[in-house]
Amino acid sequence: MSILHELTYTTNAVPEERHANYLLEVKNFSLTIERVEKGYTPERLYVIRDFHLKIHHGEIVAIVGASGSGKSLLADAILGIHPKNSMIEGTVNFEKSPLTEKRKKQLRGKDIMLLPQMTNALDPLMKVGKQVQTFIKQKNKQKVLKSIFQKVGLSPTIIKEIPSTLSGGMIRRIFIAMALASEAKLIIADEPTNGLDLEALDELLLQLKILANDHRAIVMITHDIEAALKIADKIAVFYAGETVEIVPRKNFTKKGEKLRHPYTKALWNALPQNGFVPMDSSQPSPSIVIKGCVFSDQCPKATKICRIKKPKLQEISDNEMVRCLYA
Amino acid sequence: MLEIKNISFKYERSDWLFKHLNFTIEQGEIVGMYGKSGSGKTTLAKIITNYVSPIEGDVIIDGEKGEFQGIYPVQLIWQHPEKVVNPKWKLIEVIEEVEGLDKEIINILGIKKEWFNRRPSELSGGELQRFCIARAFSPNTRYIVADEITSMFDAITQAQIWHAMMKLVKQRNIGLLAISHHIHLLEKISDRIIDFNNICNVR
Repeated sequence: MSILHELTYTTNAVPEERHANYLLEVKNFSLTIERVEKGYTPERLYVIRDFHLKIHHGEIVAIVGASGSGKSLLADAILGIHPKNSMIEGTVNFEKSPLTEKRKKQLRGKDIMLLPQMTNALDPLMKVGKQVQTFIKQKNKQKVLKSIFQKVGLSPTIIKEIPSTLSGGMIRRIFIAMALASEAKLIIADEPTNGLDLEALDELLLQLKILANDHRAIVMITHDIEAALKIADKIAVFYAGETVEIVPRKNFTKKGEKLRHPYTKALWNALPQNGFVPMDSSQPSPSIVIKGCVFSDQCPKATKICRIKKPKLQEISDNEMVRCLYA
Repeated sequence: MLEIKNISFKYERSDWLFKHLNFTIEQGEIVGMYGKSGSGKTTLAKIITNYVSPIEGDVIIDGEKGEFQGIYPVQLIWQHPEKVVNPKWKLIEVIEEVEGLDKEIINILGIKKEWFNRRPSELSGGELQRFCIARAFSPNTRYIVADEITSMFDAITQAQIWHAMMKLVKQRNIGLLAISHHIHLLEKISDRIIDFNNICNVR
C-alpha cells in the first residue's frame, strides 16, 4: 500500500520537447454500427460520436464512463477487432503516422497489447512460464523470465505451473508479466479492476504503475472513477460516445471546483465519500442523432442553446480539454 | 427478525468457508456486510435466500423455518442482472411475473415507460438492474439480500440506485443485507456494518 502511495504521487513528468510527440493521438473519432431491422430500413447506432485522446510514453490515461457507453468498442477499434458492420471515421495516429487497418494487424500483439479482463484468456495446458517466454525477444530467456517474475511479485516456482493451479490475482500478474516481457509500447487494459477487493485492487494498480515506469503508455478503460484516480495521470471522461472532458488527476479535489464539465462534477460528487449525490443516470440512446450537447437532458446548468448547438472540445492546456458551452 | 443461526458451509473437497456463523437483521434495518472477494459472501447470500442449503444451522424468518408458500419472503438481488433475466422476455413480462407489485416502486427506481417494451440486451446494465430490484419487492417480501448490486456500475448510477433502495426498504419496513467490498458505500447506506472475515470463524 505504501509503495503505491509513493508511486502515486510521483507523476511521470513529460519533458518539454516531447510534448507534441504523442505515442497515440485520436481525433474526431467515431464508430457507427449499421444494422438491418425488420422492413429492411437500416438502423444506425452512433456508439462513439466524437472521441479524442492523446497519450505519451510512460503515461497512464483512464477512460471513465458509464456501462453501456461504448468504452469497450473503443479498445476494439484501436486494435482493429471491431464488428464488421461498423464504420470508423476520424484520425488515429500511432507514433505520428496513421493507424490503418493493415498497420493495426501488424502492430497488435507487438506494439499494441490488450490486457484482458477475463482470467481464462491463457492457454490452459501450457506452463505459464512458457506463455510469458514467447514474448521475450532477448537472449538468455530463462534469466530474463526470472527477473520479470520477480518484478511482478511471483515466485519462480510458478514458472512451471499451468494456469488452473493459480488464483485470479496471480493470473492477472501473469498478464502484467507478459506485457513487461513484450515490446509493447501501448497497453490497453479493459476494465482491469472488475470484482477486485481493495487489497487486490491496490496491488493491480501498483503493477500497472510498474508497466508505466517501464516507459509504456497505458490506456485503462473503466467505470470505476476511484480506481482511475489512484493511478492515472489524466482522466478522459466519456459520456454518450463523446469525450466531454480530459482532466489531470490533481484537479479532483473537495467538491470538484476545479472540474469544468457538469458531468465530471456529477460523477465526482456521486461517490459515497463525496456527498453521494444521485442523478438520473440514463444516457441518450445511441440510435438517435443529437443536435446539441449530449449531456443537455441531464445537465443542471443547461439552457436553450445547449439543446441546439453542439459544443466543441476546447483545448485549455496540453493536458486539459473540455466540451461545454459554459466551461 | 431474520436470524442466521449457527450456519456452517463448505463445498465438496475444500475447506470450510465459514463455521457457526451467527447474526440477525431486524425489519426496516440496513445491515452492511464487508469482506474480501472469494471469502464466501455470495455463498452466504445464497444460503440466506434458500438457493443453497447449509451443512449445519438454520435460517429463521420471523420465528418460522421450513416450507413457505409462493414467493419466498427473503429475496436475493444478484450482482450481474443480465444473468438472471430471461433474455427472450420483454421487460414487461419480467415485471408481470410478480403478482401485486406496487406501481410506485417502478417510479421510485426511475424505470422509464419506454423500457418495458425492450428486451434485456437493449438496456444497459444499470437500467436492467432496476428491474431486478423492482421484482424483488413483491408483496410477500420481508427481507432482501443485495449482493454487490452496484459494483459493475459508475458512481452516478450507484448513487441513484442506492437512494431509491434506501427509500424503498424504509418505506416498506424491509430488512436489508447489503454485501459489498466497497467500504465507503456501506458506511453511507448502512445502519450497522458487519465484517464478514471477523465472524466466519475459520483460519
